[in-house]
Amino acid sequence: MDRKITIQVKIKIQKQDFDVSEETKILRENQTGAIVNFVGVVRGFDERNSSLVDSMTLEHYPGMTELEIEKIVKQSCERWNITGVTVIHRVGKLLPSDQIVFVGVSAKHRQNAFDSCNFIMDWLKTKAPFWKVEENNKQKKWVDYNLSDDEATKKWVI
Amino acid sequence: MVIKYFSWIREHIGKSEELIELPDNVKNISELINYLNNLDDNYKKVFVKKNLIKIALNKTYCSVETKISNNDEIAFFPPVTGG
Repeated sequence: MDRKITIQVKIKIQKQDFDVSEETKILRENQTGAIVNFVGVVRGFDERNSSLVDSMTLEHYPGMTELEIEKIVKQSCERWNITGVTVIHRVGKLLPSDQIVFVGVSAKHRQNAFDSCNFIMDWLKTKAPFWKVEENNKQKKWVDYNLSDDEATKKWVI
Repeated sequence: MVIKYFSWIREHIGKSEELIELPDNVKNISELINYLNNLDDNYKKVFVKKNLIKIALNKTYCSVETKISNNDEIAFFPPVTGG
């Protein structure tokens, strides 16, 4: 008989950096057999505009951001057999190679963790209300949304 | 009602938030946009880009047809670019 498992969920929007090994350790505490972590990092080069990036500032819509991420995580918990989810998204000013986002998913078996982590990240990119502005030589440019992010969510339509 | 603006929309309109008393004839978001457009050209310059504007009612995505009342919080923002 399966033991009942409570899914451990942590969602944080914060200015400070996060420690991937610390977050992985927390995910390892709940009965688990696999952990998949995704870490998004600030690129020092804007490929679409062929320009260097000195820094990037992220803003968000407090309250709605957490609600949207909760909805995505809830759908993921319903769809895959997972044991824990951690989503940490940073806001404020970040420099190239800084960590932006962490999505970690634990599950008894790896495929559920891989798929759930991929699903959460794809939907976060298209639904969670964050906006990035890139700074270069004291000029700033709001990052355009990427149509390929919308395309990426289509694979999850059942 | 509270209206919030984010990203380049906030910069174009020149404020992050405002409180307005909803006129009786404004029943949905489309009518709210028309009302704002008549207040100031800054709104017109933003709302003309309607394909680039997302809307939330009380922190949930909605459409221009969504009905609104004076106790609501509306937000206008561009497509999101987090992650």
